[in-house]
Amino acid sequence: MGKNMLKRIDLIFKNEHDTDEILSKIFKRSNDDLINDLIGSGLKGRGGAGFPTGLKWKLTSEAKDDEKYVICNADEGEPGTFKDREILTQVPHKVLTGMAVCGRIIGAKKGFIYLRGEYNFLKPHLNEEIDKFHAILKKLGSDFRIEIFSGSGAYICGEESSLMESMEGKRGEPRNKPPFPTEKGYLGKPTVINNVETLAHAWTIFKYGPKKFRDLGVQDSRGSKLFSVSGDTPIAGIYELELGMSLQDFVDDFGDDDCKAVQVGGAAGFCVPRKKFRETAIGYQGKLTGISLPTGGSMMLFNSSRSMYNVLKNYLEFFEEESCGQCTPCRVGCQQLLEGIEAVKRGEKHQHYLNKLLRLSETMKMTAKCGLGQSVANSFSSIVENFREEMIY
Amino acid sequence: MSKMVNLKINGIDVSVEAGTTILEAAEKLKIKIPVLCYHKDLCIAGNCRVCVVEVVGSRKLVAACATPVNEGLEILTNSLLVRNARKDIIELLLSEHNADCTKCYRNGNCELQDLAAEYKITNQDFIDLAHGTYTIDDLSPSIVKDDSRCIRCQRCVRTCTELQSVGALSVAHKGSEMKISTFFDRNIREVVCTNCGQCVIHCPTGALVEKTYIERVWDAIADPTKHVVVQTATAVRIGLGEELELDAGSRVTGKMVSALKRLGFDSVLDTDFTADLTIMEEGTELLHRLKANLVEGDTSEPLPLTTSCSPGWVKFFEHTFPDMLDHMSTCKSPQQMFGALAKTYFAKKIEVDPENMVSVSIMPCTAKKYEADRPEMRDSGQKDVDYVLTTRELAVMIKQAGIQFSDLPEEKYDSIMGQSTGAAVIFGATGGVMEAALRTAYEIVTGREVPFENLNITPVRGLEGVREASVKIENVLPDWKFLEGAELKCCVAHGLANARKVMEKVQNKEVEYHFIEIMACPGGCLGGGGQPIPTNDEIRKKRMDAIYEEDANMTLRKSHENPEVVQIYKEFLGEPLGKESHKLLHTEYFERQRY
Ligand SMILES: Cc1cc2nc3c(=O)[nH]c(=O)nc-3n(C[C@H](O)[C@H](O)[C@H](O)COP(=O)(O)O)c2cc1C
Ligand code: SF4
Ligand code: SF4
Ligand code: SF4
Ligand code: SF4
Ligand code: FES
Repeated sequence: MGKNMLKRIDLIFKNEHDTDEILSKIFKRSNDDLINDLIGSGLKGRGGAGFPTGLKWKLTSEAKDDEKYVICNADEGEPGTFKDREILTQVPHKVLTGMAVCGRIIGAKKGFIYLRGEYNFLKPHLNEEIDKFHAILKKLGSDFRIEIFSGSGAYICGEESSLMESMEGKRGEPRNKPPFPTEKGYLGKPTVINNVETLAHAWTIFKYGPKKFRDLGVQDSRGSKLFSVSGDTPIAGIYELELGMSLQDFVDDFGDDDCKAVQVGGAAGFCVPRKKFRETAIGYQGKLTGISLPTGGSMMLFNSSRSMYNVLKNYLEFFEEESCGQCTPCRVGCQQLLEGIEAVKRGEKHQHYLNKLLRLSETMKMTAKCGLGQSVANSFSSIVENFREEMIY
Repeated sequence: MSKMVNLKINGIDVSVEAGTTILEAAEKLKIKIPVLCYHKDLCIAGNCRVCVVEVVGSRKLVAACATPVNEGLEILTNSLLVRNARKDIIELLLSEHNADCTKCYRNGNCELQDLAAEYKITNQDFIDLAHGTYTIDDLSPSIVKDDSRCIRCQRCVRTCTELQSVGALSVAHKGSEMKISTFFDRNIREVVCTNCGQCVIHCPTGALVEKTYIERVWDAIADPTKHVVVQTATAVRIGLGEELELDAGSRVTGKMVSALKRLGFDSVLDTDFTADLTIMEEGTELLHRLKANLVEGDTSEPLPLTTSCSPGWVKFFEHTFPDMLDHMSTCKSPQQMFGALAKTYFAKKIEVDPENMVSVSIMPCTAKKYEADRPEMRDSGQKDVDYVLTTRELAVMIKQAGIQFSDLPEEKYDSIMGQSTGAAVIFGATGGVMEAALRTAYEIVTGREVPFENLNITPVRGLEGVREASVKIENVLPDWKFLEGAELKCCVAHGLANARKVMEKVQNKEVEYHFIEIMACPGGCLGGGGQPIPTNDEIRKKRMDAIYEEDANMTLRKSHENPEVVQIYKEFLGEPLGKESHKLLHTEYFERQRY
């Protein structure tokens, strides 16, 4: 443990404050040029879905509308994750810069930071930073403006379309897709929505060029990423690591020598048992073993003292409560999965019932309306399949 | 023309306009995809997920109702993947549903039940989640809300918000607790609900139904000491057939009368009689107001005058535009005029003590149940209308009585208060009151018929949400000199969202109308909350055609020519807006809270 096998990266939190200089350089370059850099860097969204950021900006820049918006998703709802909070505390100017450049490229005059309700205490500090930033923009002749929007506190409001619904004063329920925000986002206008970390990486890419970023990581998973390491680890905390690392290396580095499983990507992510550490790499779906990292790179380690039944039960309780409740597979499915494993545990249902539940979770994955319901199967099937005995006895 | 997109559904090629959904494209091929949250009247929700279909080459299923087609798409609507998923979803719905259909009001006409039957969901392995503590709200005189039957499709919420702009229903809580609620979860009777019943006819299940009074009516009929009078609203005669296995748009007036007599009602009379009377009163009120405002400069009873025969609209108005109450016609609705006359004029005629009279009305409407309960509606000294049944409830009674409806002979209404004109018949369609009023008012003022072919004032007809028309008044009779050359500006709106739009414009003085007809329900009463389920534009259109056909087939088509109307003024009421009219046929309005 603590072997420091994995290289610690220091890009995001690197203490650099040359916003004026960087922005004035950027504003001299053409939009195409900037987009090409972003695409060339291989940056993918750090908020969950892993959509190529350059492509997202490009699509939105091509959408025809007088009004467009940039939204920074700072809803950070994943339990135990607080990397976005750290970014906004330590290097908010990087995020603001990312937003302003995005605004310039897509043709938006207005940006919003959708700030998780619990992070309201950051507001005074953030507003100060925004004022300073506006002054810089003014000097450079840009009238782009950023505003903070306080979130409602529901996990589902981190999902981009329900986030926009909630900004419009409506109930936070995911929309049908398509249309995607790049076409019809906030107020029905083309909108780029990016995670806090994604925007902060944009700073690195624009400042140092795409290569520096691209040289980190592996194919399909370029660059570095912040991980919130928690659970049975002696060194819990936030770490910036290269993508593409093997889970074995990660566990060697962060585990307590008794690690039996790692939950990659929080409640919506996958549970990897010890026997699969070696073959699992951390990165986006691609040629690698491919594990998507919904909402923000949470890595939770479990040692042999943990009951995986309880772990799963906690996740299901979380989903059952945080589902927006609108669509059938998710609203009812979550309840069935939760009550189902409880019934099996109590012996009221035969262990074969787990198979029915596995099939149900597949149905949820295929039919739920948004990422929340679609991702319940990730933890469900990976835990039930790998720790079946723990579910039953 | 917009771009065409080619795709394949179940291997069959189809070409549709860009922007079409998979569901609509399948419909074109007559391939049925099951739906629950989808309703043609409403915006797309995409939340029930029973319409999922497979897109070949993708690992996810998509909601057919919410997904636009793309060039080259290959869709499977009945693959193994789709069928298994769909079954799971139906099973999930049933697992949280209080599915004891035998105790449910919608048993036999329920979209969830139909789906369960279609997919033969016989072995329910999922855990029964339906034992939670659900509330049943049956305190409203019109609507019963039973959350245990709710599948959370939000059709009602979309109806109440989009079509009606009332917003009495909303979604509360999340996750497993998510439910359809009201302002602070109060009873429906305590909130802005207008009782229009549009949520009821849009609800796929038994979660929202009308409050039924069938048993009380049976009791009254069985009571030998009671004389039971029944009145039937105009839209019932073109809707009832649908509930009794006839096609939409069947005109069943004679059969309905015959059925009512067989059910045991003592007098079978027609609300259309008081519809004609309404025209006399309201038409006169309009002319009176025109004179007061235009000649005498008296604006105490301002213009525009709005109609008042739709009780859902009246309550909406009282909640939403409390400062404008004096714009509303003081005329009661035909139902309440009828009720007040039944227990006075009619009771005297047939020599029945009004205390022994039970007055029942058959309405296409749930708001009329509430209206009959309004404390003002007792001008006869008793409750003017005792029980209000919907078109659907009448159909239930007919079925319970074992009557073979389609085989019935045609019979005529009893007299007096059973005769009507085509002008009264068209009350059932949006624009009908306007047209009927114009037919009469124009003739009063000019001595000539309205200048429209066959009396058909087509500009006010149709399903367009808001329609405007103006009628030039020329060569008037001496009494009406002040109207010479005037242009009577009229507006017709149906559905409360349209009503709100129009009234906001009036409030902001953006428009200058003289007369506005408003019906709470889309299509007017023919699409009322008490009409057969389903109701959608296709069906509304058929019912509307039936109404205008019925009108065209009547010998009398102008309210003032109804001989029984002439008679009642002579024998009893005196003149329109006279003292007796004032007492029995007119009413007042009250400001109501806004939640
Ligand atoms: C249930 C759910 C919750 C989400 N919560 C967040 C969140 O808290 N923060 C975030 O950045 N993205 C969240 N997302 C992902 C967003 O929908 C969206 O994909 C992301 O903000 C896009 O930014 P990116 O491309 O920079 O990752 C969530 C998605 C789902 C389905
Ligand atoms: S999947 Fe869950 S959270 Fe997403 S729309 Fe459906 S119910 Fe809401
Ligand atoms: S709502 Fe439908 S399925 Fe449910 S109990 Fe009633 S009839 Fe049966
Ligand atoms: S009856 Fe009408 S107003 Fe009342 S809740 Fe239903 S739709 Fe809304
Ligand atoms: S009350 Fe009816 S329409 Fe409303 S959500 Fe429930 S089932 Fe759907
Ligand atoms: S009908 Fe398509 S999701 Fe409900």
